[in-house]
Amino acid sequence: MKFYRSHILIGIDDASLAAGVKEIEAILRSELQKNNLSEEINILETGTLGLFGTGVSLMVYPEQTAYVNLQKSDIAEIVEEHFLKGRPVHRLILDNTLVRKYDFNYKRRIVLNNSGVIDPENIDEYLGTGGYEAWEKALTSMQPEAVLQEVKASGLRGRGGAGFPAGLKWSFTAPIKAEQKYVVVNADEGEPGTFKDRLIMEGDPHKLLEGVMLCAYAIGASEGYIYIRGEYKLCISRLEKAIEQARDYGILGKNIFGSGFDLDIFIKIGAGAYVCGEETALIESMEGNRGTPRSKPPFPGVAGAWQMPTVVNNVETLANVPAIITNGAAWFAEHGVEGCTGTKVYTIMGDVRLPGLCEVDMGTTLRTIIQQYAGGMKEGKAFKAALVGGAAGVFLNDQRLDVKMDYNSLKEYAAVLGSGAILVMSHSADMVDMLWSVLRFFRHESCGKCIPCAKGTQLLYKLIDGIRKGKGKESDLDEMIRISNGMLKSSFCALGQSPCMPINSAITNFREDFLARIK
Amino acid sequence: MIVYLNGKAYEASPGETVLQVALRNHLYIPHLCFHEKTGKAAKCRACVVEVEGMPGLKTSCNQPVTEGMKVTTNSKQVLDAQRLVVDLALSSGRHDCLACEQNGNCELQDAAYYLGITKPSFQLYDDNYEIDDSSEFIVVDRSKCISCGRCIVGCNHTVVNEVLNYGNRGYETKIVFDTDLPMGSSTCVQCGECVQLCPVGCIIDKRTIGAGRTWELDKVETVCPYCGVGCKLEVHIDRTQDKIIRITGVEDSPTNNGMLCVKGRYGFDFVNSEERLTSPMIKENGKFREASWEEAIALVASKFTSIKDEFGSDSIVGLASAKVTNEENFAFQKFIRKEVGTNNVDHCARL
Repeated sequence: MKFYRSHILIGIDDASLAAGVKEIEAILRSELQKNNLSEEINILETGTLGLFGTGVSLMVYPEQTAYVNLQKSDIAEIVEEHFLKGRPVHRLILDNTLVRKYDFNYKRRIVLNNSGVIDPENIDEYLGTGGYEAWEKALTSMQPEAVLQEVKASGLRGRGGAGFPAGLKWSFTAPIKAEQKYVVVNADEGEPGTFKDRLIMEGDPHKLLEGVMLCAYAIGASEGYIYIRGEYKLCISRLEKAIEQARDYGILGKNIFGSGFDLDIFIKIGAGAYVCGEETALIESMEGNRGTPRSKPPFPGVAGAWQMPTVVNNVETLANVPAIITNGAAWFAEHGVEGCTGTKVYTIMGDVRLPGLCEVDMGTTLRTIIQQYAGGMKEGKAFKAALVGGAAGVFLNDQRLDVKMDYNSLKEYAAVLGSGAILVMSHSADMVDMLWSVLRFFRHESCGKCIPCAKGTQLLYKLIDGIRKGKGKESDLDEMIRISNGMLKSSFCALGQSPCMPINSAITNFREDFLARIK
Repeated sequence: MIVYLNGKAYEASPGETVLQVALRNHLYIPHLCFHEKTGKAAKCRACVVEVEGMPGLKTSCNQPVTEGMKVTTNSKQVLDAQRLVVDLALSSGRHDCLACEQNGNCELQDAAYYLGITKPSFQLYDDNYEIDDSSEFIVVDRSKCISCGRCIVGCNHTVVNEVLNYGNRGYETKIVFDTDLPMGSSTCVQCGECVQLCPVGCIIDKRTIGAGRTWELDKVETVCPYCGVGCKLEVHIDRTQDKIIRITGVEDSPTNNGMLCVKGRYGFDFVNSEERLTSPMIKENGKFREASWEEAIALVASKFTSIKDEFGSDSIVGLASAKVTNEENFAFQKFIRKEVGTNNVDHCARL
């Protein structure tokens, strides 16, 4: 293997592509060439570096220097100063004003351990990090039942929002005898502010495929489908490439590793509906129908896609599985807290110094996440609220900063972990505007199937819109709570049951914001 | 098996739903989207009830009964949830009962009456609405639609004409014909199944608007006169004028299961037509005169005999009607072959 003095990782994701990363990469290559450094400095394309709102970013190893917001004109200076003379260009380094170094938490990462490190478009790099070892181990030395038991023992819970134990879900489908079973990956990431699945698929697509493979083996499915948002162009192309490579290597296909097990994985592209993140609506859409939820029971585990037993799991859930099989359930359970094991990927936005992602153990407090991984609040801004879990989440106030972020602890505060989106707001944010935005979203995304949700979301939007325009009454607040609680009881699916969480938490915790608009 | 509804025991059979058991025993639970023919959709959410041992509220239309199940249909929690659903449905449409054709025959009205809703709490609808009256026999007033989906299931799965479907989504969801065409320009054949299934006044018969209210009309069951299928229909008659106002299909008929075609449902003008023939007519010297059946049949028989004698049996041909039954067609061909003595017999629909 060739030895390089330094490696430059270029984060290629949707955001950096929009900022012109490809052009800057070309300039970087030619500058290195000009300075005769091409043999000493290696350039690697990788998934996201975990930084947001920072334009084009580079990470230089081994010194772990992150350059951000790069312009074309900066490149020559970086190459001359950093790579030729060995003096980092301080004005371009991320966070050079902070005392604490940005915490990437690589050591504890499970699903994003390769993201921002390896080239996601090259299967060899994934194999080099121990990729597909779990798949090989399962196929050659484990019975499907053993894989299922390992996942069950790990305590892995679904990362899509509801937190249903993954192993338990699989165990409903595994014993059913059927001519065909399916694994469906829910990659229709639609919760506002959530983009963890995009980062996993952009940064490490093979890890998701390996998770699908292990699930398929455990339940006896021979086909896997990845139902993915149409907007995720880069994910789609990287997954397509990854599937192609896996087929070429004989990791997917007929009689894999001589085990007699067949599996292929296909991609289905969604057409942009939030409700299609609900598993039965997703299946309807996948079958080519209007994306509306189905009555349960029967649950998809019994009669799902094309009426066959189907396990639907979130991207992050499945991306956890290879590590569980390789390292064992006990190792996995060392992460996180009792009843909620493993790590969780959060996407943090809003008035924090370093918006972006972090993957930390379950049970880490909101305060730690904001302070340690998001660099704290922006200068001059004080914490007012955090919307945790996306639109279908809750507004937490400063008294809840020390709440542990896991499914069980949040439940005590009638809050949910949801998809792991954290929107941090300072005192410049008005809760009326925030709630208006959330309710406008629900109104737009209701599928229209059931009366409470189709009409209720419209009514809630009208009420908050009235308050926002100064035409509201105080009794409207109680009406909103009453209606959303009624929707919780009577709506067909989780979409119509969700608005009560942001409404209740916003009005209870920040009533003065609403009253200020009413008087 | 025995199930308990509001503490009272009822006999039920496996496979039945809570709503079915309740309705069979005249215990009303509000429901808007359920119809025996279109099945359990569980989408209107008006039929929620409490089931002991189950979390939250359950829709009774798709909740199968189990032995000893205890269901409450009248607790405050249940009625509040039902009231919200019906209130929202009322608030989001122009549900003005005064001149509505379905007044007295409206399932939304029934639900509102049961729940004691005097008027909608909110006004969500837009005053700019259009009534689609492009079709000859049917009017669609979408401001009264509650998106129950019965017309869509009926169009696609019962009569399988596949014209109606949903368009848009969320609050803007509406029923559309083909690619959102006016009904009259769509591929709709006006069988009227959607009219029959609509629980409210959204899809109604066009020609009978204002012609009579449901409780003023006598309902008479009869068989359609048009063809040999023998669809069972219910004729709604205004006795004061001795006039047919509308015709609907009979839902429990094994022949047509409530379905009718455009002729059976809307082709009844002839009944009261002045041009309708009520007795046989014989033409003499270029003019028709009334005659008795005996005289007319005797005349035809004598003419047939003389033609047969003069020109032979093969000079006569018999063409049977599509409207008559198989038995009548059998008798007819037997008559032509045996009595007339020719194989020149065919059916009118052979083109």
